[in-house]
Amino acid sequence: MAQAGQDAKFFQRGKIEEFRAELQAAETKDKKFIKRKTALKKIVANITMGNDMSPLFTDVVQCLGTPLLEIKKMVYLFLVSYGRSKPDQIHLVIPNFLQDCNDRNPLIRALAIRTMSYIPIPVVTDALTENLRHCLKDRDPYVRKTAAICVAKLYSADPRRAEKGGFVEMLRDLMLDSNATVVANAVAALSEIGDRHDGVIFKLNLATANKLLAALGESSEWGQIYILDSLLRFVPEKHADAEVMAERIIVQLQHANSAVVLTTIKALLYLMNYMENRRLIDYCCKKMGPPLVTLLSSGPEVQYVALRNILLIIQRRPAVLKNDVKVFFCKYNDPIYVKLAKLEIMYRLARAENASEVLAELQEYASEVDIDFVRKAVRSIGRLAIKVEAAADNCIQALLTLIETKVTYVVQEAVIVIKDIFRRYPGKYEGIIPTLCENMDSLDEPESKAAMVWILGQFSDRIDNADELLDDLLYTFLDESVEVQLALLTAAVKLFIYKSKSDTAKELVHKVLKWATEEVDNPDLRDRGFMYWRMLAVNPAVAGEIVLAEKPAITTDSDRMDRGALDQLLLHTGTLGSIYHKNPETFIRNATGKALTDSPALNPHSRAALVPLPRAQLPPTEINVPGPGPAEPRVLEPELPVPAFSPPAATKPSPPIPSSPGGLKDTDTASSDHDDGDDEPIGAPDPYSNMDGAFGNYLQDEPRPMAVQNHSARQGDIDDLLF
Amino acid sequence: MISAFFIFNQKGEVLISRLYRTDFKRSIADVFRIQVVSNSDVRSPIITLGSTSFFHVRINNLYVVAVTKCNANAALVFEFCYRFINIAKSYFGKIDEESVKNNFVLIYELIDEINDFGYPQNSEIDTLKSYITTESIVSSAIAAEESSKITTQATGATSWRRGDVKYKKNEAFVDVVETVNLSMSAKGNVLRADVDGHIQMRAYLSGTPECKFGLNDKLVIDKGERGISDAVELDDCHFHQCVRLHDFDATRTITFIPPDGEFELMRYRSTSNVKLPLRIIPTVTEIGTTQVSYVVTAKANFNNKLSATNVVLRIPTPLNTTTVDCKVANGKAKYVPAENVIIWKIPRIQGGQECTFSGTANLTSMTTRQVWARPPIDVDFQVLMFTASGLIVRFLKVFEKSNYQSVKWVRYLTKASGSYQIRF
Repeated sequence: MAQAGQDAKFFQRGKIEEFRAELQAAETKDKKFIKRKTALKKIVANITMGNDMSPLFTDVVQCLGTPLLEIKKMVYLFLVSYGRSKPDQIHLVIPNFLQDCNDRNPLIRALAIRTMSYIPIPVVTDALTENLRHCLKDRDPYVRKTAAICVAKLYSADPRRAEKGGFVEMLRDLMLDSNATVVANAVAALSEIGDRHDGVIFKLNLATANKLLAALGESSEWGQIYILDSLLRFVPEKHADAEVMAERIIVQLQHANSAVVLTTIKALLYLMNYMENRRLIDYCCKKMGPPLVTLLSSGPEVQYVALRNILLIIQRRPAVLKNDVKVFFCKYNDPIYVKLAKLEIMYRLARAENASEVLAELQEYASEVDIDFVRKAVRSIGRLAIKVEAAADNCIQALLTLIETKVTYVVQEAVIVIKDIFRRYPGKYEGIIPTLCENMDSLDEPESKAAMVWILGQFSDRIDNADELLDDLLYTFLDESVEVQLALLTAAVKLFIYKSKSDTAKELVHKVLKWATEEVDNPDLRDRGFMYWRMLAVNPAVAGEIVLAEKPAITTDSDRMDRGALDQLLLHTGTLGSIYHKNPETFIRNATGKALTDSPALNPHSRAALVPLPRAQLPPTEINVPGPGPAEPRVLEPELPVPAFSPPAATKPSPPIPSSPGGLKDTDTASSDHDDGDDEPIGAPDPYSNMDGAFGNYLQDEPRPMAVQNHSARQGDIDDLLF
Repeated sequence: MISAFFIFNQKGEVLISRLYRTDFKRSIADVFRIQVVSNSDVRSPIITLGSTSFFHVRINNLYVVAVTKCNANAALVFEFCYRFINIAKSYFGKIDEESVKNNFVLIYELIDEINDFGYPQNSEIDTLKSYITTESIVSSAIAAEESSKITTQATGATSWRRGDVKYKKNEAFVDVVETVNLSMSAKGNVLRADVDGHIQMRAYLSGTPECKFGLNDKLVIDKGERGISDAVELDDCHFHQCVRLHDFDATRTITFIPPDGEFELMRYRSTSNVKLPLRIIPTVTEIGTTQVSYVVTAKANFNNKLSATNVVLRIPTPLNTTTVDCKVANGKAKYVPAENVIIWKIPRIQGGQECTFSGTANLTSMTTRQVWARPPIDVDFQVLMFTASGLIVRFLKVFEKSNYQSVKWVRYLTKASGSYQIRF
């Protein structure tokens, strides 16, 4: 082991003049360059602490003459930090850079181009370009792999220059390099360029994809991730292509690095859309489960990433993990984000067979300390009742026990879910209404209050003192939130329809209608008030039929994402998008969206659900890529192992669904290809399918990106967080 | 990819700050300090503000932070943070504020090497140590030949091993370490019991040794099949990147060229026939509102030639506990008010032995009676030469072209720390 350093003493704020004096003093009598090293360390420490050290530019640059590698690296670090802010002085270091670019030592050559490419100003870029060209063909693989990333840096600084200089083609050639690390970095650089809106399109043909797979085995773990990730740029034209590829990468599921595992899963899920062999698809699903569970033994952060992804995967491929609900039971000391994510999965995996175990766990959680977790547990009990009919009795019993605790937030959650249970099982559990009424006073949140009001209105024919209770609630009508006001309005109308003889009911409904139409500013509330008023005025009997009409059955299908959206989200497995369950282009600036690309091999169900990518931006100016390789991406020339580059204008727009060639297969594959749990017809007439909160916004604790707060708003674009 | 990498101390001071891309300035660190360090209720390791995402891992008194501005591969970002932590531990022996400050220049060198433009690069400790050291190196003094050896290794197919390793005595140590996770219900039913195992290897072998490793494993994908009687069913295995995954897939043999020194050869998980080393039988009764009585028995469920050591039971008490009377025949037990637990430590329990704790917690009377959440009893322990999964190392063969003899040692350890929980 290397000796522990003793540098902490340098971690002190200092003044520019002091450091300058120290550096100058070091110019004479500096045995072994100790003084110089010390001064530079102090400067680096001050950069770290956020002190502006840029005035020392010329002094620091002087140190480059020192033949110590350690000093060179510190100076380079200084240059990376301040080079951009000193465009008029940077020429001082160019000779040193150039010298290092031609050093005999490959580590120094690589260090030089790596550092230069971190300083994206024209003087440096000019000097870099020529050397980079040599370094991309250096005989040392370490230099080549560094040069590959430098191209990505150059491209991000000046895309047109990189294209004109032919660097993109050189990268493409590097994909065929004999060294796997070089190949992987070239792929990473090309992917980065391909993801830019103004970048060259990066697609893989079968021959190149196979070349990359050959390099997979010799790549470092990170290299494997870059390569596996790039496989999504290959569109299989034949089922067999996808199947063979899946078989080749499936062993990577055994890798120790969780990012390799998740990226392999991403590639497999993608390829499965193009596969036909049912047994292989099942095999892939079966192989994916255990590695996903193993990720739960990693650090909590990786567990969290895994859990959020599992939640997506099991919605699309229910066969994965369907018997593993127990591994998602929460440990008492799991971090809260892990617990919340597990809870969601437990609910998804709950079935009649395991419902009692799941319920017992949920009851356990309902007595824990964290309020969010407890609320979600209570709500999950209700959702379980709705999902699994056989468990409904026990769930109701559990909810009643929880209501007895009188803990307000527990009671409120229970009331919210019980409302939905009443709708799901009409005429079965109304006996518990009195218990709910007893706890009415503890409801102080809009959602639970609205739920209780709905119950009062809907069942006011069975609740003897419904009018009294409603009257009490109406006392604060004008102060309530709109959600509660709407509920109160409807409940008063229902009460009146049930008990049209009652004077109190008449009085109540009159009062509410008057408030809603005259005193309230909210247009929804006013409109609804007028609507009820006219209906009651014109024909109370018909009004009754309308207001108390039979409601569509409540189901749990509505909280499952639809297949097209899932297919699209799963293209982002392992990334931020998969954590937030949002397509990245919806919350990250300049992020590229992804969509399945149609091909004859694409599974008809996937095609039918395909969400095409909105082509938001106009194609960039036409880029002609000279050099070898097919110009037309669709021309399959397997003997030419070159990736297909083309200006976006040349890409074939995805054909409309009915005319697609694969559409012909619909008839013969329809019976054999029902993907896991996707038997139900697409677009089933579920009235709630596009309603987010069909039974409450239980997703309120969902992780989501935050909007930038206003206090950080400066001029211009707050989204950029450039400080 | 990763745009910036930071290390913060607990106060939110920046100890390391490296920007890999120009889309941020250093002041982005202030945003993290406000959003995470000075926020007492951080509920996610990832915070996204606008397009900017902060990923953080806490270790000792530090925050290791990566910032991105794209749809980054979250697993990769966290794995990179973990890897950095491991490298730091290996270089400095530990990772905390002191060691980071003491080695900040070296850390800058390391993070420049293991990450380029936000893309993690070769981060094999053995290789890194061959060219990133604390010793002063005169740059021209490194022979070009020597460094091309390094670069070939850093980018090669066996990037984890130098070619010129020599030992007088060739030895390999294999440690099988199993962590048992248990969750037992108040009624005494096992809700979940599984084993997270990892096989740690220390290889001190010359040259380029080809190793073949055998376990009594029956990796059955279809649980319907029955294995041979003494075989262990492993639900899943994950390997160090030196193991040839295709060989494992085809023939279930574990073959590899090991890195020099210590590394984690494999991780595995087993859920069937888990042997629970300690059986805990708690009887906890709330007597009125002023007392809780405890009788907790721990029974060692393994061969009486073996013993469990460092046994620690953490028995929760209600929040309004004032004092606890503890009675134990083995070890020591005391009430720790700050954590609301009774900690019962037993240095050693022999196989088959039974130990009992009995005690009474006295409570202050409360005006409002709060329900006690009853957190589970947590047990930590270690049992040497015992595997809860039943896993055994069958053989470790070393082939090298010079045909030397090598000595191999195998140890087994089963332990629990923080995840052996019994509800009551």
